[in-house]
Amino acid sequence: MTEYTNNETREPVLRIENLQKSFGKLHVLTGITENIYEGEKIAVIGPSGGGKSTFLRCLNCMEDPTGGSIYFDGVDIADPKVDINVHREKIGMVFQSFNLFSNKTVLENIMLAPVSIRMKRLRRQKIAKFFGKYKGEITETKQKIVDETKENAMRLLKRIGLEEKANVYPSTLSGGQKQRIAIVRALAMNPKVLLFDEPTSALDPEMVGEVLDLIRQVGDAGMTMIIVTHEMGFAREIADRVFFISDGIISEQGTPEEFFEHPKNPRTVEFLSKVL
Amino acid sequence: MNFFTSFPKKWRVFQRTFIEAGGYIEVLKGLKNTAIVAVLGLIIGIVIGTIIAAIKVIPPHKRITRILQRIGNIYVAFFRGTPIVVQLLLGYYVLFPAMGIQLPAVNVCVIIFGLNSGAYISEIMRGGIQSVDPGQMEAGRALGLSFFTTMMKIVIPQAIKNILPTLGNEFIALIKETSVVGFVGATDICVAFRYIGTNNYEFMVPYLVMAAIYIVIVLVITGLIKLMERRLGRSDRVHK
Repeated sequence: MTEYTNNETREPVLRIENLQKSFGKLHVLTGITENIYEGEKIAVIGPSGGGKSTFLRCLNCMEDPTGGSIYFDGVDIADPKVDINVHREKIGMVFQSFNLFSNKTVLENIMLAPVSIRMKRLRRQKIAKFFGKYKGEITETKQKIVDETKENAMRLLKRIGLEEKANVYPSTLSGGQKQRIAIVRALAMNPKVLLFDEPTSALDPEMVGEVLDLIRQVGDAGMTMIIVTHEMGFAREIADRVFFISDGIISEQGTPEEFFEHPKNPRTVEFLSKVL
Repeated sequence: MNFFTSFPKKWRVFQRTFIEAGGYIEVLKGLKNTAIVAVLGLIIGIVIGTIIAAIKVIPPHKRITRILQRIGNIYVAFFRGTPIVVQLLLGYYVLFPAMGIQLPAVNVCVIIFGLNSGAYISEIMRGGIQSVDPGQMEAGRALGLSFFTTMMKIVIPQAIKNILPTLGNEFIALIKETSVVGFVGATDICVAFRYIGTNNYEFMVPYLVMAAIYIVIVLVITGLIKLMERRLGRSDRVHK
């Protein structure tokens, strides 16, 4: 734990306090308290049904937590009164099944959210100006928003070498290409933290590499990431910390070395003996 | 006289009333009203149906959602549970007079048919929305888009594509159902041909021609729907 002592003085990106989630009588998460600091890469592993995905999905309230708090940007986003959409803009998420919008082209997939959110802001600003509540100049125009977003989207597509796919529909792409575009779509929002929900589990084996390479690149660029994964090798390589979630809590955590070489919890030992 | 020997004579009688006595003008007027009621009814129905369907698939966390859903259920139960003729009569003789509104019969028919098809389309649309992969909604929400925006831009376009054949059937059913607007005094094809028949107490040929006109309309629309489906299906696979 020596490496994290200096973190104590920093403000965490996500501060999770006694996070609980139950579905009816089934208590999936029974109380998770954890800080996640800027630039950290967290690998979340554990037996299936242990609550890994639920934990991740609670962090952007895709599942509403039933207890506890999650502080992001100084706001408790677990509070139902908070406008979660505003905060989700800054918490990117990548899904196991890609979930590209199938009625939109690749470029539209990447541009849709940034454009509609900036347009919404522009409309609000115009309304505020109309009623005299907003005094400043409105510099944004629809054309500017679209141009800037498009430029950014094309830059991102070029970075993953898929710029020639900009105008095709997702149904024509391979799984690896879809997932890389899903990652880029999340990046286009300039998130502060990226959540990965088993990003390679639905891929054919030969495509896992390209997706992991991209995740690695994004991580190297300083992105804070939380990755639920079954790829132990990848978890070990990329993670700063590994969380082992079983029975609704983080039952063990540590650096990859500590965790994989010297697991303490018998539950962890048993799990690792099965998967390694 | 049997059917075959009497047919030429009856046909001539029909011809005389239809063309020389200007019966075709009545039929064209009727056709116009049928088209107005069916097309506007469908448009109103799609709007109402989409709204109700969208309300029905909102996760019922909030009280207001549950109230709206309850209202939607009652609405659908009423319009699916009573015959369209009853709804027309209630609208024309009870509802609008009670509100102190005087509307031409055709306008009442448009409104009632819109409300009626809205109830059916809401069920079709709900099935369509539920057939869209829930991951599409999740992806939109995870990017910070609101439920409403994701619904309008992602889910409903995909749902409409899925339900287009069923929606076409609904339109065809609607066209045929408009044949009851005569109950409240609106002139449609049916009324026009009854009028021609009454003219010289000769109903056989007018009613046969009327049936033929309905069949032609329905066949044309079936063709158009097929064409539209092929269009939409193509955009799914090929480069834009």
